[in-house]
Amino acid sequence: MTSERQKTGTTLNRRQFITGVMKTACGVGLFGLGLGLYSQRASSLPAWAIRPPGAVPEDDFNGACIRCGLCVRDCPFDMLHLAELGQDIPTGTPYFIAREAGCEMCEDIPCVAACPTNALDHALTDIRKADMGLAVLIDQENCIAFQGLRCEVCFNVCPVRGEAITLDMQHNERSGKHARFIPVVHSAHCTGCGKCEEVCILDEAAIKVLPRHLAKGQLGAHYRLGWEQKRQAGEALVTPDAEHRYNLPEGMGYEHGGRGLIEEAAPGQPASPVPDNPLDSLNRKGAL
Amino acid sequence: MNAFPGQTARAEQGWLKAHKWLLLRRASQLGLLAVFLLGPLAGIWIVTGNLSASLTMGVLPLTDPLLLAQSMLSGAWPIASGLIGALIVLVFYALVGGRVFCSWVCPVNLVTDLAAWLGRRLDIRAGGRISRDLRYWLLGLVLLFPLATGVIVWEYVNPVSMAHRGLIFGMGWGWTLLLAVFLYDLFVVRRGWCGHLCPVGAFYGLIGVKPAVRVAAAGRARCDDCMDCFNICPEPQVIKPALKGAAQGIGPLIGDIHCTNCGRCIDVCSKDVFRFTLGYRRRPDIAPRASGGDGAKTVASGTDVPIPGRASS
Repeated sequence: MTSERQKTGTTLNRRQFITGVMKTACGVGLFGLGLGLYSQRASSLPAWAIRPPGAVPEDDFNGACIRCGLCVRDCPFDMLHLAELGQDIPTGTPYFIAREAGCEMCEDIPCVAACPTNALDHALTDIRKADMGLAVLIDQENCIAFQGLRCEVCFNVCPVRGEAITLDMQHNERSGKHARFIPVVHSAHCTGCGKCEEVCILDEAAIKVLPRHLAKGQLGAHYRLGWEQKRQAGEALVTPDAEHRYNLPEGMGYEHGGRGLIEEAAPGQPASPVPDNPLDSLNRKGAL
Repeated sequence: MNAFPGQTARAEQGWLKAHKWLLLRRASQLGLLAVFLLGPLAGIWIVTGNLSASLTMGVLPLTDPLLLAQSMLSGAWPIASGLIGALIVLVFYALVGGRVFCSWVCPVNLVTDLAAWLGRRLDIRAGGRISRDLRYWLLGLVLLFPLATGVIVWEYVNPVSMAHRGLIFGMGWGWTLLLAVFLYDLFVVRRGWCGHLCPVGAFYGLIGVKPAVRVAAAGRARCDDCMDCFNICPEPQVIKPALKGAAQGIGPLIGDIHCTNCGRCIDVCSKDVFRFTLGYRRRPDIAPRASGGDGAKTVASGTDVPIPGRASS
């Protein structure tokens, strides 16, 4: 506007020039404000969309990724997508949905190798160190392992088998005699690849990959576990452990393993006036 | 005056001559799209990626320098192939003309050319006036966002990458942006997007300050003022100094950075006023003044006669 007038030779005083610039600046500023506010909303990644391995933290990712799709093309399993306008995922950025197809954790990580901008960090060379999220056995009411049924599909399909998911045997209270094989995820080994969520046999997966910040709690920084400290230091760091004593009648004791109050056997005497064999009581002669 | 630009050229020299550069340009635009689409549609992977960054035959990396600049302003550091790719693109467009990207590569050009064609056909006068300098304001905004917020905000609405990525990876609602650009060009401001607002075009224009390939109004003495070139040109302001500047001592070379080298002026001119010239063959009469910072101010030291021997085409 202003420069055209200058070219055509018409006079342009300082007031007009400044007014013109201010008008343009205001218009562009308003547009920028709108775009900026929209981008705030458009930058948020929903928990069900997972970035490829090596993705830098989400805040940085939306600045680093240039939306070229080279990672999508170099994925041999074709499970990455670029978000389209209108989806809840930042437009043009790569993602995958674990329930549809999890990451196969290729040893050579071709998606990272393809990224021209380090939005997928080239420092990631060991796929087992990838951190796409963290699997969480989120629905313990519907997971059939909790019903005492044998499933263990998530455990068996896990690419870090036996480390990221282990089976914890627990007593089956319902039957009273069986074990429940409970899958337990270990955050130190889980890469968030999503294979467990993909293969979960339920209609809706009971195990789901979540962003780590949603999946993990954190112990207060001041917290110390006494037994860990004791193990490291070789002794208790606070008040030394003293054996607890109950004020009990002579001959009585307390067993912490579950038996509770017990009578200690005096030398030469049976531990209890009630004989071990009930028949002895019944066959005993004399007054009861 | 012609009913439509190029009418006389078509009648006198044939349809093919009056559309030569247009056809070549469409072949370039659609051919590039086809090469990108061969992979996903036919499984023939010559090129992977999109205009933002691509890999050709597994060896040639190409990166959009404006996008890479935004990525780097947000604090990311690209790998070597990303940088090399951007450098190749920069050098290429610096040589052939920055805005060659706009008229020979960019998919949005198909949309805005359609709007311009339809506007002429249906005689729709999109009379809105905005400054052609707005694109530089937007370019500033585009670069400011990643610096200030750490997010490539422009990519949420950029119709250029949206169109190309959409065709290859899935459009979603991206077509609404293209429709908006189309309607804006057709009804609000003539050549409103590419010629006034697009910061991508502004960036590529800045790359091509001194390109080797330029259009010259070498035969401007023959101009019969039919106005066809002004009517067809997406950036008509670039023509006037070269075509009508003989009296002011301005050379016939179109030196404005916003000339997209689309060649439509060459097509529609029945007097063969315009032609492509290569920098190293420029005769003194069409060479820009060496000291001139502004390419538009070129000096004529000779006469405006047609140059024998075609420099390019």
